[in-house]
Amino acid sequence: MVFNFMRATAKQLNKKLNRTLCDLAVGESGILETFDMPPSIAEHLMNLGFVPGLEVLVARSGPGGNPRVYRVDGTEVALRRDLSKCIAVRPLREAEMR
Amino acid sequence: MSAPESVQGTVLYPKTEEGKAVYKTVAVVGPPNAGKTTLFNRLTGLRQRVGNFPGVTVEHHTGSFRLDSGEEVSLIDLPGVYSLNPKSEDEKVTVDVLNGNMPGAEHPDAIILVLDSNNLNRHLVLAGRVIALGLPTLVLLNMADELHKQGGQVDVLPLARQLGTPVALVSAVTGEGIEAVANFLVATPQLPEPLELPIFGDPRHCREWAVRVGSHAAYRRGATPEWTRRLDSIFLHKFWGGVIFLVVIVGVFQTIFSVGQPASDLLQKWLDTAAVHLSNLLPTGIINSLVVNGVWKGAGSVLVFLPQILLLFLVIGILEDSGYLARAAVISDKVMAKVGLNGKSFIPLLSAYGCAVPAIMATRTIENKRDRIATILIAPFMTCSARLPVYTMVIAAFIPDRPVLGRIVGSRAVAMLSLYVLGFAMAVITAKALKSSVLRSRDVAFIMELPPYRWPKWKSLGLRLMDRGKAFVFRAGTVILGVSIVLWALTYLPMHNGQPPQIADSAIAKIGHFIEPTIRPLGFNWKIGVGLLSSFAAREVIIATMGTLHGVDPESHAMDLQQALKGDLSPAGAIALLVFFAFAMQCMSTLAVVRRETNSWKWPVVQFLYMTGVAYVAAFAAYRITLLYWS
Repeated sequence: MVFNFMRATAKQLNKKLNRTLCDLAVGESGILETFDMPPSIAEHLMNLGFVPGLEVLVARSGPGGNPRVYRVDGTEVALRRDLSKCIAVRPLREAEMR
Repeated sequence: MSAPESVQGTVLYPKTEEGKAVYKTVAVVGPPNAGKTTLFNRLTGLRQRVGNFPGVTVEHHTGSFRLDSGEEVSLIDLPGVYSLNPKSEDEKVTVDVLNGNMPGAEHPDAIILVLDSNNLNRHLVLAGRVIALGLPTLVLLNMADELHKQGGQVDVLPLARQLGTPVALVSAVTGEGIEAVANFLVATPQLPEPLELPIFGDPRHCREWAVRVGSHAAYRRGATPEWTRRLDSIFLHKFWGGVIFLVVIVGVFQTIFSVGQPASDLLQKWLDTAAVHLSNLLPTGIINSLVVNGVWKGAGSVLVFLPQILLLFLVIGILEDSGYLARAAVISDKVMAKVGLNGKSFIPLLSAYGCAVPAIMATRTIENKRDRIATILIAPFMTCSARLPVYTMVIAAFIPDRPVLGRIVGSRAVAMLSLYVLGFAMAVITAKALKSSVLRSRDVAFIMELPPYRWPKWKSLGLRLMDRGKAFVFRAGTVILGVSIVLWALTYLPMHNGQPPQIADSAIAKIGHFIEPTIRPLGFNWKIGVGLLSSFAAREVIIATMGTLHGVDPESHAMDLQQALKGDLSPAGAIALLVFFAFAMQCMSTLAVVRRETNSWKWPVVQFLYMTGVAYVAAFAAYRITLLYWS
């Protein structure tokens, strides 16, 4: 019981610390940090402008909320939510985040 | 080497004597969406052709650029690449060609690098890698018109100094600055000066380098056009986005039938008139009926679909070039995910309604290999234009034209629509089955770049339509003509005392009777059997075959094909034939392209057996069921 509780807290804590692109709401932006995905996919994202250190903005949400459109480096790129969960970001407007 | 001078955004170099070309073969390289193809079209115009390097699936265009002196320089348009990392096939081809390691391609002695001037921070990274190859390079900063309109700017001279190459700000669309290409080709070779290029640096360093180089050239990117954002807020709207998507798809098919049909009818009328003249020119007899009824009417019955096919490619081309198809892929992603695919499969599947061959080539944009194979395998279930002539003829011959649903639509339109739905449904079932078994994939990445909306360019649309039209007419002209002549010979053999045999005793009848037992359960007689056999070359060939068979038969040569068909098929057999055509893999070109794209015989063989097996079973079921209700 206790262990379970502790694990759950750790998980929550983890989630709070490591924000992903998926956690940003439409109109919010963040700084790209790390990619947790196969290197070939990460490389494709970098070619499209998703380079660590750059600012990314959630431009809009497509019909049905998935995929969403992100603006990075002057280009707009659509990504599914499951992929955006693998991209760690540092939110820019911390105060506005829940 | 004298110093370069800057004239209106172009760095010009001193010309060689008499303006003679310095380079023989020049490769055109650039990232996707940088306007590379538009530039290539502007430089080469009609002097270009499509080809494949031996052993690889990557298609490329070659063309020639004519200098003022009349000399021609050959240009190779290489696939769009973001980097020169030989992991992906497109990039491997580009690297191999540039290094002269591609068999069948000449080693280029110079490079024209096309970048989008609105995206220099990203695209300059590629420039660093390309220049590092050491070939004389001309860097073209394309879409200058958009850069200026949106308030951006860049100084080419400092950029040229840093890169050690000539640089020109151009617009392939308006032709602004394009003379830089001719100047580059006749000027003293400019070897790249050694400078620090981030060849092996990590992405972050490459980009920092690109930004640094850009800022030395006072680069300022233009703002994203406001109307692209405004259009996206409509086209990707939570509710209206989906509605517009449906309207566009319905509109595509509506246009093809409502505009294409009258055009086809007109062409049909013209071909019929020509047939009468042709018939009058030739002496009456068997040759006359073969040429007129077999070859002319056979090829003609296929040619009349040219307007509809061109129209379909035109509409898809407009959607693609305007940027809407990328949005359509985003919208359809959620639905495609339900069958285990992603939005990128939508574009090839839509073009498969025109022809499976370009559709299968368009699957290259799908990064996930399993998704790509699944899309390739289901694409031929989409009702392609080659099925149209067959559907139209059989429906017109057997389905009575009655109003359905209170005169809103005709029974023939309903029949046609059901065949479209049938093919689509089988594609969905097949995709679902494949993606939950042999082609299951875990990490599916849907990454779709959304380019700004642009007006489609008539010239590039026109060139593409010409490619497609030529291929279609060529097929009608060669495959159909060839099959007709072979059939004609077979109906003439064996000769008895110099007289051709009765059709029932001919070699073709023997072949037909030989296969008859296998197709009798579907309600087909031996003539339909011969037609089916020939249709495995290409679906529409069956019409020419039936034309030839009836053309040489004295009993039916005076009838038109629709009437004559009624002697071969019962209504139930006709339904079975339609169902067979909806599912069967009867297209050599498609199998060849699948073989090429998957680089193995496995998938085309699997696809052929699966589709034809499904077709046989479904046609049998359709025949039996129809017999119960309509005999």
